[in-house]
Amino acid sequence: MAAQATSAAAPETDAAGLGKARATAFVTPALLLVGAFLVFPALWTLYLGITDYRLTGIAAADPQIVGLQNYTDALTDPQFRNALALTLLFVLGSAIVGQTVLGFSIAWSMRAVPKTVKTVVESLVLLAWILPSSIVAFLWIAYLNRDNGTLNSVLGTSGFDWLLGHPMLSIIVFNTWRGTAFSMLLFSAALNAVPPSQLETARLAGADTFAQFRDVVFPHIRGHVLTNTLLISLWTFNDFSPYLLTAGGPNHASETLPVYIYNSALYSGELGYGSAISLIMLLINLLIAVFYLRLLKDRRS
Amino acid sequence: MASIEMRGLTKAYAGGVVAVNSLDLTIADGEFFALLGPSGCGKTTLLRTIAGLEQATEGSLLLNGRDVTTAPPGKRDVAMVFQDYALFPHMNVNENIAYPLRIQKVPSAERRAKAEETGAGLGLSELMERRPGQLSGGQQQRVALARAIAYRPQVFLFDEPLSNLDARLRLEARTFLKRLQKDLGVTTVFVTHDQAEALAMADRMAVMESGHIRQIGTPSEVFHRPVNVFVANFIGSTPMNLIPARVGPAGESLVVASTSLPVPTSAVGQLAEDEDVLLGSRPEYTDVSCSEGPGALRGTVAVLENLGATALVSVETGDLSVQAVVPEGEEPAIGAEAWVLPQRQRALVYRVTDGLLVSRAPDESAGAGAAPDAGSATEVASA
Repeated sequence: MAAQATSAAAPETDAAGLGKARATAFVTPALLLVGAFLVFPALWTLYLGITDYRLTGIAAADPQIVGLQNYTDALTDPQFRNALALTLLFVLGSAIVGQTVLGFSIAWSMRAVPKTVKTVVESLVLLAWILPSSIVAFLWIAYLNRDNGTLNSVLGTSGFDWLLGHPMLSIIVFNTWRGTAFSMLLFSAALNAVPPSQLETARLAGADTFAQFRDVVFPHIRGHVLTNTLLISLWTFNDFSPYLLTAGGPNHASETLPVYIYNSALYSGELGYGSAISLIMLLINLLIAVFYLRLLKDRRS
Repeated sequence: MASIEMRGLTKAYAGGVVAVNSLDLTIADGEFFALLGPSGCGKTTLLRTIAGLEQATEGSLLLNGRDVTTAPPGKRDVAMVFQDYALFPHMNVNENIAYPLRIQKVPSAERRAKAEETGAGLGLSELMERRPGQLSGGQQQRVALARAIAYRPQVFLFDEPLSNLDARLRLEARTFLKRLQKDLGVTTVFVTHDQAEALAMADRMAVMESGHIRQIGTPSEVFHRPVNVFVANFIGSTPMNLIPARVGPAGESLVVASTSLPVPTSAVGQLAEDEDVLLGSRPEYTDVSCSEGPGALRGTVAVLENLGATALVSVETGDLSVQAVVPEGEEPAIGAEAWVLPQRQRALVYRVTDGLLVSRAPDESAGAGAAPDAGSATEVASA
């Protein structure tokens, strides 16, 4: 697109010397792909959101425009509110508290350990991150299994079904475990950028660990903390892998928004309704992003 | 105010590297002491061990008579100024200076006043509200100093305090630091790799090499009577000439090539015939003449370097190059024949076998330099 703009502004002398026609030819395939797989589905979702389009039945063949009906339905639907509340809990518990705190703690404590220990710990944490969701989900189902699960064997609580008894706690711990690697890596890099001489100056003045963190470390990594929180909040908000563990159940007890959308749109077949919630979710994502970016900007100025 | 005493202090790292090797050193109360040496000699490790940022693996360290070998850095009452100044970028000058006071829970108003006062003393009054990023290198250095001064520690430790300043500012800062230290009277240890800096600023200095102290003494002692070849090479803006020679008959002359030179005053009566030695002579203490004289080495002028008020002449004699400093206006022409003659009173002799200074009376080490406290000079034999 940049090439196009350049050639439009100065057709004879664009930077690459291609000329308008050839520049357009180079850009077109990419634009077509973006259009087909990003722009069109987004617009199509927008359109579906104002129809009563269904997966099956009459409305599948001949959808009717229903205006904002889907949106008002969603906002008054206790199921939707439940999903929204669970999603916020999921983000708060597994991303903001779980991954950030655990990731930082690991990064902080890995500064002063022998290199081999550091490598082993970081590899294990990374492994949880890079394994495919389906494999990880299988491992966790086995881990939490009612009869022969590892956790029950360790705790001696055979017969307790964690996914039924504590579905939200299960997926929060699961997601914390799964996503901590990112925070750990980001904080490791950030902590490396804290000048040792500043920490040592604080130590010489008699600052304890907490004061060193508050006065030296945190001011240096504040930007990283915000960036990290923004990214993992968004990822967690949109994360679908809890579905692989609980499928939103039992009785909607762990039905976060992405799972709720999937259940509404595909399981119940209400594509129009699902599209409307998708758009609401997108708006919430934007809100989170704007909030963090503003915070970041305030800190920098 | 405190003295610093090290007894058999050793710092070995896990990998087997011994950065500081069984060191005995006493720094007197109020002294301005320089640790000088090439990079990797252990001088910074020693400073950090005094600070408590490194743990000594053996030996003990006493500050003002109190054993602090295992005390954490915050309990030693020392302040350190780092090479990069280590100012906190998110705090303004006042907050930076007051930081140690804040950690010591001094009330806010009191520490602000204290920071103002200390800052004013260092000419920082106009800058108190600025952030470190808005200051020049010299100003940042003064803020770092003010932070160290404000809480009145017993000892100052400076790690290469001047090396981040440009050449001119470095000279100013040198004078400034020396005066400041004298005014405050706080025992100060500073680390430098720049011999000129150590000579100019220190009351006493230690020259270090691979974890050992090679010589301790006043700058004058170290400059005039380096105890071994390493120190001789390291000290001096222009390196000392070390001319291989053989002791002549009855130990009464030094033979270089086929020329016979008189034995320097400092080594008279100490040499045995046929011994291999190095004749050490600083370029500043080497004369150049255009006419032949007794005991002078003949050669040709190869290079002339202008040093401002003086010039450095390199005379090639055989395979040897001997350098001499001559006053401006007296430089010989390049290619001309010249005779170089080490000044007999100032020249030194080192044994080739152990690299040590040949000295008439080892205890009388203040011979060439005018050192009032000659007894404090310690010569440490190299292994």
